[in-house]
Amino acid sequence: MSEEAVLNTNPITPPAQSLYTPFNVVAGIILIVGFIVTILRFTGGLGAVTNLNDNYPWGIWIGFDLLAGVALAAGGFVTSAAVYIFGMKRYHSAVRPAILTGFLGYALVVIALHYDVGRPWRLPYPFIAQQGTTSILFEVAACVALYLTVLFIEFSPAAMEWLGLRRARNIVIKLTMVLTIFGVILSTLHQSSLGAMFLIAPSKLHPLWYSSHLPVYFFISSIIAGLSMVIFESSLSHRYFAHKMDQTHLDEKEGVAFGFAKAAALVLFGYFAIKVVGIAMDNNWHYLTTGYGAWFLVEMLGFVALPCFLYAVGAREKNLNLIKWTSALAVLGIVLNRLNICVIAFNYHLPSDEKYVPHWMEIAISLFVVTLGVVAFRFIVTRMPILYAHPDYQEEH
Amino acid sequence: MMSVSRRKFLGWLGAAGAGVISGGAANAASNKHFKGYPDSLGVLHDTTLCVGCRSCEAACNKVNALPAPQQDFTDTTVLERKRRTDSAAFTVVNRFKQSESDKQPVFVKKQCNHCLEPACASVCFVGAFKKSPQGAVIYDESVCVGCRYCMIACPFEIPAYEYDKALTPRVVKCTMCHPRVLEGKLPGCVEACPKEALLFGDRDKLIKAARKRIERFPERYVDHIYGEHEMGGTSWLYLSGSSFEQIGMREDLGVTPAPKFTEGILGAVPVVAGLWPVLLTGIYAVSKRKDKVAQEEQSQAVSEAVTQAESQADAKLKKALALAKKEKEMAVKKEVKKALDKATLAKKEAKKKAQEEATDAEK
Repeated sequence: MSEEAVLNTNPITPPAQSLYTPFNVVAGIILIVGFIVTILRFTGGLGAVTNLNDNYPWGIWIGFDLLAGVALAAGGFVTSAAVYIFGMKRYHSAVRPAILTGFLGYALVVIALHYDVGRPWRLPYPFIAQQGTTSILFEVAACVALYLTVLFIEFSPAAMEWLGLRRARNIVIKLTMVLTIFGVILSTLHQSSLGAMFLIAPSKLHPLWYSSHLPVYFFISSIIAGLSMVIFESSLSHRYFAHKMDQTHLDEKEGVAFGFAKAAALVLFGYFAIKVVGIAMDNNWHYLTTGYGAWFLVEMLGFVALPCFLYAVGAREKNLNLIKWTSALAVLGIVLNRLNICVIAFNYHLPSDEKYVPHWMEIAISLFVVTLGVVAFRFIVTRMPILYAHPDYQEEH
Repeated sequence: MMSVSRRKFLGWLGAAGAGVISGGAANAASNKHFKGYPDSLGVLHDTTLCVGCRSCEAACNKVNALPAPQQDFTDTTVLERKRRTDSAAFTVVNRFKQSESDKQPVFVKKQCNHCLEPACASVCFVGAFKKSPQGAVIYDESVCVGCRYCMIACPFEIPAYEYDKALTPRVVKCTMCHPRVLEGKLPGCVEACPKEALLFGDRDKLIKAARKRIERFPERYVDHIYGEHEMGGTSWLYLSGSSFEQIGMREDLGVTPAPKFTEGILGAVPVVAGLWPVLLTGIYAVSKRKDKVAQEEQSQAVSEAVTQAESQADAKLKKALALAKKEKEMAVKKEVKKALDKATLAKKEAKKKAQEEATDAEK
């Protein structure tokens, strides 16, 4: 089996097959629509393609593409920290896919930001023109820029093995430890700071979601998102790219799922607990009986407590299928939380007819960005040694 | 190798400790109460005097060269619905009725309040907003990236965005007519107000004037100057005859200046940047050492097992050899005995035969 896998990976181009597969057709349509909306966005301005307004300057491009995107890309730092710092070598085969997912995630966040900000060509201004160091967003921008670079370097050995750049690859491999620690620092800072950005607006964000603990909530929940995305991505990869996996990857895959599910159950439990502590500290219990309270309970019970329980059951009974579906539920929960904070529970004091609902073209661009990520992921795993160890470098792993 | 790491570890821990302490100190230093620039200017809006004529809106539109509105400024039907500032209007007047049949509605002008410690300036990651010593919060479009965090942060919901511009969208808001003020002129709205509902001047003096009005006409005003302390204080100040909540102004904003909300988390940056590398290197060293020890123990156990097995095998071999030797000896003895027996038997038979032959011969 392993020999077969190695043989399959050697050709530079994948075996020829029909271009009109269902995946290609759907992805192609999304990409074409996204391309058209992109032209509209940059010729007609934000108003031409979005429902953003003066009360809702941030819509789903921030709530989903940025906030959820960065959280879901946390798998890279979580996995590399577990393996390289905490020495959990049995998860080693999960590192490269997680780093790749993280790198693509952050790259897409930056691409999505180009759509959202008014003058994207000025995105380097915080560093080259004028520094607004009192802004949490400055910290986020600096950390995301640095971490994207770190992820790129962490990912680069796979590309270098593919291209046969042995010496450069060996130099980068020596940096693994430093990069991992740097990645954890940067992730701690910006994952939490994304939550801290909303600390400035206690009068606008609903008290059930607003808390001085927002930075902690965001950081902890990013770990949940990272763990869940590794499980989720791995189950999808196994379904579509099993032929690319070597024996080590296949052997370790279940262990990764069980281990990460157990970890995610614990972190979810902790997350639930500190959220409850937050409600108690601010004495916000009475809000639970309101409409927003019901919605908050949906998030807390359906998307935090439930996946926590299901992960625990799945890990205990070694139920791979349950864990797989739970990871999707947990990922949805993180997306829901970010949307609640950025859009749904934001401006809670405004009458409902003034609330923001995304324009279909905003959704089209978000889908476009996600599709770009999936296509890039597929392009890379079918060519580079992500799901298997490169035969020429096997001993050095 | 471990001893060097340990020493380094302690050194780093010390450095991180220093970082934590200095971070705390920086917070403590900024904990002073900032009362705004001395002699900064402001505007007092006495809502009890406003008649809702919208002259201020017209003047604002003119001095700032804003696009012409869809409905003329003399048209008061726009007051039917509540409005907010937008990219074409730095200021709007709203009408508030206590009931549908209220014959004496209250008119309130809305524009940037020019906070003493502005949220917009604190959150801008390119520092596009500045509080000027004269009092205005001014915006520099030449550095603005258009992230619109200022609009998220503003508790008064003032900054608006030019969503319809593709290449040069700006954040727009009242400038308190900063260029005019520098020329010694009044802000456009203040100059245009026919009822003196707007009073421009030194903020401290305006607060005193407002207090005097409340003291002289206690039945006419509620005993509160909105903007004196809200969000740490604003350059625009308001007097009202009814509760401010009733005239569309939030009373739940508190008196904490906006930058205070994020100060703590910014102070945590050096803590994280100082503690994490030390802690993680430590954990790495521990897990690495654990691996090493485990490996050593394993190899030791293996070698022990090997020696044991070897000695066992050795003993077994010896025993087998000894057994074999013994067996061999026994076999030899047995063969010898057998041969001897055979020989004796042969001898006996030979003897017997000889005797028989002898007897035969005697016969």
